[in-house]
Amino acid sequence: MNSATPTQRWHTIVTTVENKPGVLARVAGLFSRRGYNIHSLAVAPTDDERFSRITFTVDVEGSPLDQVVKQLNKLINVVEIRELDPLDAVERELMLVTVCADAGHRHDLLELIDDWRAFVLSENDSEIMLSLSARPARLDEFEASLRPFGIAKLQRTGRVALPSLD
Amino acid sequence: MSKQQISGGEALVKALEHEGVDVMFGLPGGAILPVYDPIIESSIRHVLVRHEQGAGHMAEGYAHATGRPGVAMVTSGPAATNMVTPLCDAFLDSVPMVCITGQVPYAAIGTDAFQECDTTGITMAVTKHNFLVSEAQDIPRIIHEAFHIATTGRPGPVLVDIPKDIVDPSSPRAAMNWYQASDADMELPGYNPVMEGDRELIRQAAEMIRDAERPVLYVGGGVLRARAAEALLELAEMVQIPVVTTLMARGAFPDRHDLCLGMPGMHGNYTAVTAIQQSDLLVSLGARFDDRVTGKLDGFAPDAKIIHVDIDPAELGKVRQVNVGIQGDCKLVIESLIEALRELGGVETHADRQAWRSTVSGWQERFPLVYQQSEPGEKLKPQFVIEQLRDNNPSDTIVCSGVGQHQMYTSQWWKFDHPYTFINSGGLGTMGFSIPAAIGAKTGMPDRRVWAVDGDGCFQMTAQELVTSTVEDIPIKVALLNNSYLGMVRQWQEMFYDRRYSEVHLSDRVPDYVKWAESMGCEAIRVESPEEVEPAIVKANEINDRSVVVEFRTDARENVFPMVASGKTNSEIQVDPSQEGLLR
Repeated sequence: MNSATPTQRWHTIVTTVENKPGVLARVAGLFSRRGYNIHSLAVAPTDDERFSRITFTVDVEGSPLDQVVKQLNKLINVVEIRELDPLDAVERELMLVTVCADAGHRHDLLELIDDWRAFVLSENDSEIMLSLSARPARLDEFEASLRPFGIAKLQRTGRVALPSLD
Repeated sequence: MSKQQISGGEALVKALEHEGVDVMFGLPGGAILPVYDPIIESSIRHVLVRHEQGAGHMAEGYAHATGRPGVAMVTSGPAATNMVTPLCDAFLDSVPMVCITGQVPYAAIGTDAFQECDTTGITMAVTKHNFLVSEAQDIPRIIHEAFHIATTGRPGPVLVDIPKDIVDPSSPRAAMNWYQASDADMELPGYNPVMEGDRELIRQAAEMIRDAERPVLYVGGGVLRARAAEALLELAEMVQIPVVTTLMARGAFPDRHDLCLGMPGMHGNYTAVTAIQQSDLLVSLGARFDDRVTGKLDGFAPDAKIIHVDIDPAELGKVRQVNVGIQGDCKLVIESLIEALRELGGVETHADRQAWRSTVSGWQERFPLVYQQSEPGEKLKPQFVIEQLRDNNPSDTIVCSGVGQHQMYTSQWWKFDHPYTFINSGGLGTMGFSIPAAIGAKTGMPDRRVWAVDGDGCFQMTAQELVTSTVEDIPIKVALLNNSYLGMVRQWQEMFYDRRYSEVHLSDRVPDYVKWAESMGCEAIRVESPEEVEPAIVKANEINDRSVVVEFRTDARENVFPMVASGKTNSEIQVDPSQEGLLR
């Protein structure tokens, strides 16, 4: 599970690709062939349904990211590629998490949810499922603060990013 | 254009015809059957191979020799997996090639149907691009895209996987309205190769050339792919800079030219290796700083500034940091460079290179390629055989080699004076390449003499294609250097594994290559003594109605020198043992 915050070693790459079968496999294959691990991945069509945007973060410590970007660019189905500097980009990630909420701790948990402006999506006597959309680093913090209550299930989407507006 | 309803299979063959395909190499089978039916009426010549790998290497040989894309067509499953090696070979050596594979019907994909495999998945990493066609209507467009991708930018293999139901006339999914696809129909928004080099970078490169005292032109296969040999000759003569030609570029600059230093690298000659190593400027044209050229990277050409010209931007700086990296087609960039150099003034304004020239010619005098001729009773020296082949054939002979010692001897001892006359497997190092590649080259250049230089290990991998050459009447000549060993591996075990020979001896007794060749319809000659060598070559050259195999029994103790051992720098080059005393 990710506990790192974006530093030099994590890179966010945003690619616009043709929305066709097999394109994700081509992109992912380029990374695995060179021994790079894709840390997080988000894929969805853009406003133009002929194209999809793939946002991924990669751990490229000690390896030239430049070479990956150039190789990605060689893929026929990759239309555009850019590396986003976290300082010049808006990044968001969505987390769904089910937390233990027995009577003794339920009040504290609801207070925490309120503080973080998370949403309760579903609940029963023993658990609460909630969602939060935030910067990945904020989700890390939120996750840490939930941990003492007991996390039953957790799923994050992987980050999506767009360049900031000047 | 009038709309004509035809089947996808007919459309595929028509589309290939419209791409100018005159010959294709292949072998039919279940899934591709519907495409083989319209081939009967097609203007395209189909060469029926004996193994799908042969079809792939023939397509490569054809492409190497003619510059036009080679085309191979096979069925699904095992045929497609047999094509993986030639695809990878073509990918690593940037050979333009289009491969058509049959596939099970679209609806059956993913069900483990008979002869089904995930061809596009398997070949993704060994092709420039591949397509799985889902609709018959897309066939003409995708075929046009495949040829466009294979032949533009950095050339390479493209595979088109065709499900049976979109080509089989009995299937409703195969019906389509014929159209001849043009560039306007292509849907390739992510593919825009850059051809012209950046003017400012070219000007900087010209200044670096002007100021260099010990420059070398380091020429790779990209110069051949760009058809830039003439431009290169003009550039080299204009600036009077020595040229090395890598294994993939032999012939791109004439070996007999005064400025030509020959091949660098692991088995390059002393002068080519050392000139690179001591240069102050390397002008890399369509080369990729392969480990077989650089040796140990951190000791490679330590004083050299680097100008790197390549059509593939991912090559620039991939291995060695560059001072000036120019993305572009080698021919166009060399022409612009010539122009820029002219604008800077003549060669008389350049740095003084007199000392460099005399240093280089001093190496050439002291360290020529050498070997010791065999004593009476000894087996033939492989270098002698190559020399005799060279001296008894016209200089425009096309020479194809397999992979191993015989490949290095061929590159070293033949004189390549014309581009597109040396065809071999450089990047992948595919044993068994030469015979099918030679058949492909001869198919594309029927008026030229084509010799395959092969080893006995290689020969046993693909010799069955000599049956193809006989049946299809594509006569080639094979010089089989038989030392009964996997010679290059034997050399490494001798030099680096304490002479502990492990699984490298093939057999002195079998096969009987003469009988084998004869059984495939070839003329066969066995040569065991030096005085028989020339007459056998002369005889082989007189036979043009069938293929000829000349088996030369060569000395297994012979090793390829010079050699830069793996993990060593080029400065640690080992010369022939007889020359060791000449090194300081």
